[in-house]
Amino acid sequence: MGKALRYLALAGYVVFLAFPLLWLLSTALKTPQEMASLHPTWIPRAPTLTNFADAFGEQDLVGSGLRSLVVAVATAVLTVVLALPAAYALARYRSMINRIALGWVLVSQVFPFILIIIPLFMVLRRLELSNTLPGLTLVHVTFVLPFALWMLQGYVRAVPRELEEAAAVDGAGRVRSLLSVVAPLLAPGVVATLLFAFISSWNEFLFALIVLKDPDVATLPLTLVKFTGAEGVVRLGPLAAASLLATVPSLVFFAVIQRRLRSGLMAGAVKG
Amino acid sequence: MTLTADRPARTVTPNRPRRGGRQGRETLLLMLPALVPVLVFSVGPLLYGIFLAFTDARSGRNAVTSFVGLSNFGDLLADGDFWASFRIGMIWAVSVTVLQFLASLGLALLLNQDLRFRGFARVLAVVPWAMPPVVIGLMWRLVYHPDAGILNGMLGTEIDWLNDFSVALPAVIVVGIWTGMPQTTVVLLAGLQSVPKELYEAVEVDGAGVWRKFWNITLPQLRPVIVAITSLDFVWNINQFGLVYVLTQGGPGGQTRLPMLFAYEEAFRYGFFGYAATLGVAIVIVVLAVLGVYLWRQMREAS
Repeated sequence: MGKALRYLALAGYVVFLAFPLLWLLSTALKTPQEMASLHPTWIPRAPTLTNFADAFGEQDLVGSGLRSLVVAVATAVLTVVLALPAAYALARYRSMINRIALGWVLVSQVFPFILIIIPLFMVLRRLELSNTLPGLTLVHVTFVLPFALWMLQGYVRAVPRELEEAAAVDGAGRVRSLLSVVAPLLAPGVVATLLFAFISSWNEFLFALIVLKDPDVATLPLTLVKFTGAEGVVRLGPLAAASLLATVPSLVFFAVIQRRLRSGLMAGAVKG
Repeated sequence: MTLTADRPARTVTPNRPRRGGRQGRETLLLMLPALVPVLVFSVGPLLYGIFLAFTDARSGRNAVTSFVGLSNFGDLLADGDFWASFRIGMIWAVSVTVLQFLASLGLALLLNQDLRFRGFARVLAVVPWAMPPVVIGLMWRLVYHPDAGILNGMLGTEIDWLNDFSVALPAVIVVGIWTGMPQTTVVLLAGLQSVPKELYEAVEVDGAGVWRKFWNITLPQLRPVIVAITSLDFVWNINQFGLVYVLTQGGPGGQTRLPMLFAYEEAFRYGFFGYAATLGVAIVIVVLAVLGVYLWRQMREAS
């Protein structure tokens, strides 16, 4: 393939990837008048930020954003706290449980959500946790856990066993050697896993839709869908503005840990 | 942390696999915090969900559930709406998986070469992955919008893409490809980079061209990665819900009602928990059958 052709292909791909994003941005900056005109254009004639203000006025973006934040942070922290010891065991010991656990990570990918969500919904209702943020957090943790476990055990494996052994030789106890030798080397992996869990929860829509029926507890994705209106009345400008705002946290986090998350993702996906 | 010569090295080997029950107990202890929630909120519900498929469970609080054997499966097989949704699900899952794979492979091969801007292209490749699926759905609704959408603006058409019987499903498939491509590309790229360079050098001596290198080295070397990612993509796609829910809610007239949208409606709109679970079990059976045949063929060809 000629060099020019290759650049052309690359350009085609970049266009395919970028054009919906640019259109989102363009729509967010347009006035209602321009939106109503029949010939859509890329560049807004009179760029305005009123859509962003309107977005906050029309839906409870702040409240639902905060709720999403709480659920996502709680999910991330809980996931790592629960997964870390297990990941350590997975990476360092060989046992039946390990094989079963890794098997579950794979199996859990195959089953349609509906088989799990209906009983889960019944359980949450019985525990009086449906329509609550703790209930949703619990669901998110359970669903993020397998992959987080997978990521983390990869990071533990990357820490040479010899380091721990050396620490033990030097007289450090098991806990000491874990805290002072393994933990610092593991920190980047823990951060990557935290962010993976955070973004998964922040983005999650389906379980929120099923668990949170009450509008007062809606998370951000649920609120975003409300912009499309119940009777087909769609306010495109505010919808675009709110959508952009909802993407910012993910993008920021992603920019920060892009390389690390990618290697974790690769490790998980390729070894699978 | 230094090991000196006169000190007997490795008198303590804390993590070597050991005989006896201690290691097992330690493992169990470490696994427990993760195991308990997974068992209670995932494995347990899953098993109960499979059980529900054989009952007439309804969503009402006081519903008395009784075992009905295979009658839900009989109802499902006789349900025209199910078959329509099943057909759409297969078209969707197969075309998204295959097209996404082909596009991603091309892209990965491209990004694996020394091209300018490829760093930028790589960063851009992860954007859809980081975006909330709901936002992806809403964004594409803006692109496909009949009046204010850029697609009609560029093509000079007046098509209501997501409400037109003949184009709604293809339009949704494009969004599926757009959404899943980055992840598939990243995985394939990782696979490409793990192919040993010596293999290429060896056949270059024999004067092998680009195509021969691709067919004889790249593709066979990539096979395990390809099998893994296409299998996973297929499973994810057949289980897709949120993206299409936001795009079309299954419309127009059920033209994009994927199996999981069908199941969601049965369970949470009409309250037929048992029937929806039956559909879930049916999908598992189909997925396992499709994957089984696919993996078996791949394994036979590889050996």
